[in-house]
Amino acid sequence: MEKIDVRGMSCPQPVLMTKNAIEKHPEGIDILVDNNTAKNNITRFLKNLGYKLEFKNEEDGTLIVVRK
Amino acid sequence: MKGKKDIIIAGGIIGLLSVLLVKFGNPANMGFCIACFIRDIAGGIGLHSTPIVQYIRPEIIGLVLGAFIISMKNKEFQSRGGSSPFTRFILGIAVMIGALMFLGCPLRMVLRLAGGDLNAILGIAGFVVGIFVGVFFLNKGFNLKRSYNLPNFEGYLFPIVNVGLFVLLLSGFSMLIFSEEGPGSMHAPIWISLIVGLIVGALSQKTRLCMVGGTRDMIMFKDNYLLSGFLSILVFAFIGNLIFGYFNPGFANQPVAHTDGLWNFLGMVLVGWGSVLLGGCPLRQLILAGEGNTDSAVTVMGSLVGAAICHNFGLASSPKGATTNGQVAVLICFLLVLVISLVNSEMLVKQNNLKKVNNN
Repeated sequence: MEKIDVRGMSCPQPVLMTKNAIEKHPEGIDILVDNNTAKNNITRFLKNLGYKLEFKNEEDGTLIVVRK
Repeated sequence: MKGKKDIIIAGGIIGLLSVLLVKFGNPANMGFCIACFIRDIAGGIGLHSTPIVQYIRPEIIGLVLGAFIISMKNKEFQSRGGSSPFTRFILGIAVMIGALMFLGCPLRMVLRLAGGDLNAILGIAGFVVGIFVGVFFLNKGFNLKRSYNLPNFEGYLFPIVNVGLFVLLLSGFSMLIFSEEGPGSMHAPIWISLIVGLIVGALSQKTRLCMVGGTRDMIMFKDNYLLSGFLSILVFAFIGNLIFGYFNPGFANQPVAHTDGLWNFLGMVLVGWGSVLLGGCPLRQLILAGEGNTDSAVTVMGSLVGAAICHNFGLASSPKGATTNGQVAVLICFLLVLVISLVNSEMLVKQNNLKKVNNN
């Protein structure tokens, strides 16, 4: 599964990187994120597109598992 | 949607509080202005000596500390930095030069319109054009690279500096300079300014309110969350101005404003463009600096230096209009911001830096 790392990127890069990745891999992606702002923005963006999200806490951030 | 309701309520409170600050003594249509207030602080600590714009604005201190307190409480405080700090410093200067050409940051632009200052319409038009230009570069791969986690103390320093500034203000430290006339002499009582700043700082941190993000996210993602906050401030400040009888529509003789439409427009093009590159408006930079983002703290320092440059070199506009020096400076800043945009996007060079980090 395609995995993108948006840690440490300022707005709106996390959503932009998510948008580019999900357009290339519409079946789903994994996203590593390290702050709530980016997490919420990405969640809002992907939920509007109808994706299902699952959040896993990892040592260096949260992994958002995005599936159709 | 709960999130959107929250930011609309927050925007409403901020709009009304801004009008109340005018009621309590702030200059008209200047309940809040991040650019003007940082400029006043620059004058207050003697970085420039324009006698009418020197004061330590407690609103700025309140914004930073409000964001700091709420981010600590919500465990969102994250000490970080290293995302092209000097580029951000320079962009902070450029954004300030644009804002002082127009005479207001994006927040005051909205408050000016809400007070009937129609010159702000040209500012908003320029702001939107600037955001489109910034978005163009974002879509071409523009970014200022990653920030990294830093020891907590690094992130605490900016809030600490703000506490120190407030202590100096309260103690009546004799080296601080306060305007005796002009906008700098007009201010709400210290504690009211601080408390309103704290409330607005907390609300902005909680909702991620960002004046540039609203238009940017609409253009890029058709997401109107942040724009709802922007519009809510406009509507509620308008209502507040009607209630207190401050609404006075027109172009001429507006408070702390000039009627040079072209330069109002161009000043805000620069602010919009620069703010998109920075990832947030001047208000948002203060909030992020309060939550431990030292890149944003560096940006605020750039704005402080930018304000001093504006007044020492005669770049800032006055109610009489734009200055020639200011016009030249805005044009130089356009060139500078263009170079920063090109160098940091993938238009000239294919950038592999981010990929490398991914593989680490």
